[in-house]
Amino acid sequence: MSAVVFAHHRMSPAERVRDAAWVAFVALLLGIPLIGLTTVDAGGRLEVSTRFGMLALFVAIAFGGRIALRATVDHFKARKLARQQARGASEATAASTTRRVSTWLGWFALGASIGLPILFSDNRYVVDTATTVLIYVMLGWGLNVVVGLAGLLDLGYVAFYAVGAYSYAILATEHGWGFWQALPVSGAMAATFGILLGYPILRLRGDYLAIVTLGFGEIIRIILVNWTDFSGGPNGISSIPRPSFFGLEFTRRPAEGEQSFAAFFGLDYSPMQRLIFLYYLILVLALLTHVFVSRLRRLPVGRAWEALREDEIACRAMGMNTTNIKLSAFAIGAMLGGFAGVFFAARQGFISPESFVFTESAIVLAIVVLGGMGSQLGVVLAAALLVLIPEFGRNFAEYRMLLFGAAMVLIMVWKPGGLLSHREPTVRLGQREETPA
Amino acid sequence: MAYALQQLINGLTLGSMYGLIAIGYTMVYGIIGMINFAHGDIFMVSAFIAVTCFTLLAAADVSSIPLALMFVLMVTIFFTSAYGWAVERVAYRPLRGSTRLAPLISAIGMSIFLQNTVQLTQGARVKPIPPVIEGGIELWAAPDFTVQIGWSQLLIIVTTVVLMTAFTWMITRTPFGRQQRACEQDRTMAALLGVNVDRTISLTFMLGASLAAVAGVMVSVYYGVVDFFIGFLAGIKAFTAAVLGGIGSLPGAMLGGLLIGLIESFWAAYLWAEYKDVATFGILCLVLMLRPSGLLGRPEVEKV
Repeated sequence: MSAVVFAHHRMSPAERVRDAAWVAFVALLLGIPLIGLTTVDAGGRLEVSTRFGMLALFVAIAFGGRIALRATVDHFKARKLARQQARGASEATAASTTRRVSTWLGWFALGASIGLPILFSDNRYVVDTATTVLIYVMLGWGLNVVVGLAGLLDLGYVAFYAVGAYSYAILATEHGWGFWQALPVSGAMAATFGILLGYPILRLRGDYLAIVTLGFGEIIRIILVNWTDFSGGPNGISSIPRPSFFGLEFTRRPAEGEQSFAAFFGLDYSPMQRLIFLYYLILVLALLTHVFVSRLRRLPVGRAWEALREDEIACRAMGMNTTNIKLSAFAIGAMLGGFAGVFFAARQGFISPESFVFTESAIVLAIVVLGGMGSQLGVVLAAALLVLIPEFGRNFAEYRMLLFGAAMVLIMVWKPGGLLSHREPTVRLGQREETPA
Repeated sequence: MAYALQQLINGLTLGSMYGLIAIGYTMVYGIIGMINFAHGDIFMVSAFIAVTCFTLLAAADVSSIPLALMFVLMVTIFFTSAYGWAVERVAYRPLRGSTRLAPLISAIGMSIFLQNTVQLTQGARVKPIPPVIEGGIELWAAPDFTVQIGWSQLLIIVTTVVLMTAFTWMITRTPFGRQQRACEQDRTMAALLGVNVDRTISLTFMLGASLAAVAGVMVSVYYGVVDFFIGFLAGIKAFTAAVLGGIGSLPGAMLGGLLIGLIESFWAAYLWAEYKDVATFGILCLVLMLRPSGLLGRPEVEKV
């Protein structure tokens, strides 16, 4: 026992106070220029105004918060230690429990997502938010192919989302294509862009790859902003047609010769019908993505991605064609992003370059990493968390992005491997036999 | 000709500022092998601190410009390096030794956090300050165009050259520089040999933040306007500069910064101003395709 006490030295109250005082001092230093002082516009020129009361409050919160945080962390550490000693659970049982729990969680999530619009059929807000979550889930699963499986750090994923959205918007508004016709074409378009981007940067790795993909995302956005004839510039493209249900439209008064969904099924028209239809549409698209990606993982190409992530040199030594492997990852990731983009354009009815800024890429990447790279279920959890945090913050709207940033830092520090960091081996060498007792 | 010369001067000024920010990226990358994504926002915070200082001084009727500049620089460097320290302590130190992506995400979170803090506490509006340094030297009066170098431009270029020399000297000749290079090569070994690794990394972040602070003061002097979003573009341009020059190399960061500055001003002057960022990234892609380790970077040899 004494060894344990030595390893986890408990802080004395005096030490805690000293520690918190140091944090409060840093908070004071950080707070003076931004909280304590501010410049206000006084008739064309700036004047400094002071907010020392707020600064004092901030420092006090830092002091109290640090003491509380330390106490909580110590408490949980001690409990975890005690539990470990008591149980001495082996890694294997822990892993199998995780596997069972995540399977259950997966089925539960599926059931909940199917049942959600039935439970909330008259709550526009809930269905809308759930649709947003599913868009991010789909984007996360798409990016998961590139980052989680192939290990290629992509900071410009939003570019493919934009390509998909604009392809659909232009095909639909200028050439009169329907949603279902445009979907595969836009996906192919995004995949082409993925290959276009992928080809020149095959030799790059790690952070160089990150910055070039970031640059690519910005290039696409700048072109969309400036090439007004093509993309409508900063005004974007509006009145994009909505998808129809096998030719049945979701409008009160359908166009000449068309039939509306409500009339066909003999229902009263309600705007909720379209929202629920959109929700199920993205749910189906997302589930197809999931099935597609999990099948791919079992194919040679999926194994090759994971091998590439683990060791590129070994892959080359084994005679694998790393060019094709990387390009296929980029193309498939981009295609899935493109599909999500098509859905986004169809759902919003209006797109502009505003929706495709770097922050979006960062959010999708955060979803993949927070979910625990390569974990499909983790992506769902992280997407739900990252979409819902700003939503809960809506009551104090100005603080929502602040909360979002802080949450990203805190979750990462709390669980650096992601929410579901347990990684299931894709390939197993024949089951190990039970050792006879 | 005269117009081109003017663009050269503008490009060098812009490039010096990118170079100063890029050094922060390159030093941090050198020592922990990670992109400090919040660096651009530290630069932005420093520009706000500088604006507050200038406004305070204007209210106090300080008329001596050199004195005012020295004061603003010192105050800004002091507070900004506190921010650099805090970013390392909160977003990087707890994640040292975990996967490579974890600190990247926490740094992106930090960057979002800083941007929104500034937006909330200082307001979302653009902050203008009256010009601090006016006038300049007329270098060449061509018939149709006068080439001019502003005092503020001269100040920026000279400060950058001085700081650059000082930092190169510090890294190559002083005990701190030696410790830093030791941590760069092998952190565990350095720790075993008595280098305080935590302190060295913290100091590196603070030094990077100080250079960003100098750039922040310069930006507020040169442009006279500051808003909470300047950190993003300046950050990725400076990072591009660091990569272009070969990340981890100090002279490389400076060279990359100058190149990016020159490309940007010439492209904006002669081709399409609205596509100047496309040019920057396009050239970055080209360089990386032909020389994947940057202009002055050593090619990374991966041992199996």
